[in-house]
Amino acid sequence: MKLNNTQPLEYSTEQNKINIVGFWIFLGAEIMLFATLFTAYFVYENRTGTGPTGEEIFILGPILINTFLLLTSSFTIGLAIHAMRINRKKATLAFLGITLVLGAAFLGIEIYEFMTYYHEGATLQTSGFTSSLLLTLGTHGAHVTFGLFWGLAIIQQIIKRGITPQTANKTFIFSLYWHFLDVMWIFIYSFIYLKGMM
Amino acid sequence: MEFFERFAIPHPSPMIYASMVAIGLTVIAIIAGLTYFKKWGYLWREWLTTVDHKKIGIMYIISALLMLFRGGADAVMMRLQTSVPDNTFLDAQHYNEVFTTHGVVMIIFMAMAFIIGLMNFIVPLQIGARDVAFPRLNAISFWLYFAGAMLFNISFVIGGSPDAGWTNYYPLANNEFSPSVGVNYYNWALQISGIGTLITGINFIATILKMRAPGMKLMKMPMFTWTALITNLIIVFAFPVLTVAILMGTLDRQFATNFFTTTAGGSDMMWANLFWFWGHPEVYILILPAFGIYSEIIATFSQRNLYGYKSMVGSIVIISTLSFLVWVHHFFTMGQGALTNSIFSITTMAIAVPTGIKIFNWLLTMWKGKIRFTVPMLYSVGFIPLFTIGGVTGVMLAMASADYQYHNTMFLVAHFHNTIIPGVVFAMIAGLTYWWPKMFGFMLNEKIGKWGFWFMTIGFCFAFFPMYITGLDGQARRMYTYSEASGFGPLNMLSFFGAGLMAISFIIIVYNIYYSFRYSPRNVGDDPWNARSLEWATHNPVPEYNFAIAPQVKSSEAFWDYKKNGHQLFKGDIKDIHMPNNSGQPIIMAGLFFIFGFSFVFYIWAGVIISGIGILACLVYRSFEKDDGHHIHVQEIKETEEKFGGAKK
Ligand code: HEM
Ligand SMILES: [Cu+2]
Repeated sequence: MKLNNTQPLEYSTEQNKINIVGFWIFLGAEIMLFATLFTAYFVYENRTGTGPTGEEIFILGPILINTFLLLTSSFTIGLAIHAMRINRKKATLAFLGITLVLGAAFLGIEIYEFMTYYHEGATLQTSGFTSSLLLTLGTHGAHVTFGLFWGLAIIQQIIKRGITPQTANKTFIFSLYWHFLDVMWIFIYSFIYLKGMM
Repeated sequence: MEFFERFAIPHPSPMIYASMVAIGLTVIAIIAGLTYFKKWGYLWREWLTTVDHKKIGIMYIISALLMLFRGGADAVMMRLQTSVPDNTFLDAQHYNEVFTTHGVVMIIFMAMAFIIGLMNFIVPLQIGARDVAFPRLNAISFWLYFAGAMLFNISFVIGGSPDAGWTNYYPLANNEFSPSVGVNYYNWALQISGIGTLITGINFIATILKMRAPGMKLMKMPMFTWTALITNLIIVFAFPVLTVAILMGTLDRQFATNFFTTTAGGSDMMWANLFWFWGHPEVYILILPAFGIYSEIIATFSQRNLYGYKSMVGSIVIISTLSFLVWVHHFFTMGQGALTNSIFSITTMAIAVPTGIKIFNWLLTMWKGKIRFTVPMLYSVGFIPLFTIGGVTGVMLAMASADYQYHNTMFLVAHFHNTIIPGVVFAMIAGLTYWWPKMFGFMLNEKIGKWGFWFMTIGFCFAFFPMYITGLDGQARRMYTYSEASGFGPLNMLSFFGAGLMAISFIIIVYNIYYSFRYSPRNVGDDPWNARSLEWATHNPVPEYNFAIAPQVKSSEAFWDYKKNGHQLFKGDIKDIHMPNNSGQPIIMAGLFFIFGFSFVFYIWAGVIISGIGILACLVYRSFEKDDGHHIHVQEIKETEEKFGGAKK
């Protein structure tokens, strides 16, 4: 099968192109948002008051699983875009579905992780460190949650309307969002968890 | 009953009750008026649901003028209170509330809105576009701003105003020292309108990058469009920081977290840093478009092209970068140590260099130009020396060690008003006067306008120059009174006099709008100022589709080329034009945001949940909605062009 890489469907109308540019700019703003959260976190990292430190509460197992889940989902959404470009509706839907399932599993584990923190006395209120940790993780988690609903809406639209320039455009933009969340997670993984456990 | 107790004002006064009555009566009058004149349908169809950038721009400007009135009333009250020693017109608590709301209203809800309003109206016209990149989002931006503004403005009659200053420093702003819901209002009003502003930023960058007329390279954009582009970039990079800071503040106050506390590992300096990391770029968000407006006006009325176009562009780019590297100068005295202070001292002073370049470029544009002293030009000419004084005192403040003397005195207050009023406020009024015929098809009266200018300028000098002196003598800012023995009395009286002149100038300006609406001739033509850039190449007022045919551009002064050098702007035939549809969703969604914010302020969780679900439902609806806009057909365009005085060639 030959792909026309010069003009994929998601770029095929003028408005589509503008939408994608607009979304990139939005991601710029998102980068600033997370950069602020990270910067604040680095300041609060050792300001634990009487509460626990990172070393005491971080557990590698669930975090590794979550990293694996999210990285895989980034791969599957890439496959979804590929399938979409070669106009395979079913495959697109399947890969999008898998992506969302992986995302939901990620969320489940993250919620479990938050519950453990809670039982270990690391709540939003405990210290500067826990406030900032949970705000950063929570912001990322909230983005994933939002992504799940967004993804569902897109799946619904592909089922109903097929792969059109509009739905292709939405799917592509959604994939940008999802990749972005993955990148943010890599940062969280390296600079919050690994750094904290070292 | 207990439920309603929370809405009581913690620190009432007869004046607040009087305002309550006044607000109630005004609302009733507006509703009655709209009903009596059967204007509800018109209002809904033509304005509340519009996605037209021109109408949105006008709504921004009207809201900004209302906010100017509110903020101005605050200002006059403060100057009245401090006009004589030991005055008792306002007590300490009321004074705190008034300077807080004055600052927030003026910066966020007045100046920002005015600038964004002008940007909305002018930028798409200057680049020859039909509308902005995302017209629907543009309407959402406006209504979110409006919801935030309304939320903020009801605080003083429902539950109590914020009182921790527009800078809202912690620990002062925490529950212990600011126990009323005031700071909650601050948080939610800024958060909601901040989201709107961020969306504007994204929208305008996409518009300017992707929708320019054929031939308009980046370096052929009119200067106002350049400043708009850079400003919106600053918005996109600065506002998320404010979002996070306010979120942290909200969590601290409403969920007992430890971000800005002084115990359990919290850091009150975190707020100061985050706030000013947004706050300093924010002042450049305001001033850069003002620079753009002056550039347009000075070139037009000197009847020359703008001197040093490239260095103008270069300097705004440098200013925008530097604006992110200076924030610490707002708290030199808060213990960073000498090295940090020195670095930020130097970066701050460095901003004066590109700013100085711009000043010289404006002067050189006027040099050997044939200057016409119209009202917009008067403001621009007044701006140059007055703003320079503000910049010079800024450099004085930038010397970290000397700042220990100036910091938080009236000297600082004089500095930033000296930059913001001749900088931003003059630009707003100059821009409004300049583009007024573009918006409404008639001119504002020049003679009355000049009276307004002189009252404004002289009033400004009287109001703020004395503060430099009292500040150096040690009068602290934000103090509700001072003793007779301090000797500050006479100069403060002078300030009050100046504030009065400025209030009169505001009345004159509003009267001018009324007068010109009634008496100005309507046949001003399409080019009343003999202007240079593309927005003047279409009709006055502008038809809904802006340009019947997309213009071809060769330089930053496309319209001048067309007039003087025989450049052909409009080639080809009229074709059908695709336009976006109106929608009621933006205003509905903003209404939900208002309820969401209001409920959050008062911890009414049911309201939070219901409106939250409503907001999500709007998003889902929007995602599934099929809205391909509509077309205006050739026949209709031709008729409209005829009606506006013939097609443009
Ligand atoms: C050459 C350019 C400028 C320099 C060197 C400068 C420098 C400074 C410094 C050092 C301070 C902090 C002083 C203190 O707190 O003790 C300050 C405060 C301030 N400046 Fe400027 N400034 C400049 C231009 C501007 C412009 C163009 C604006 C607005 C349009 C502006 C608005 C403000 C505001 C709003 C504050 C303080 C507000 C507050 O604390 O409530 N400045 N400036
Ligand atoms: Cu600053």
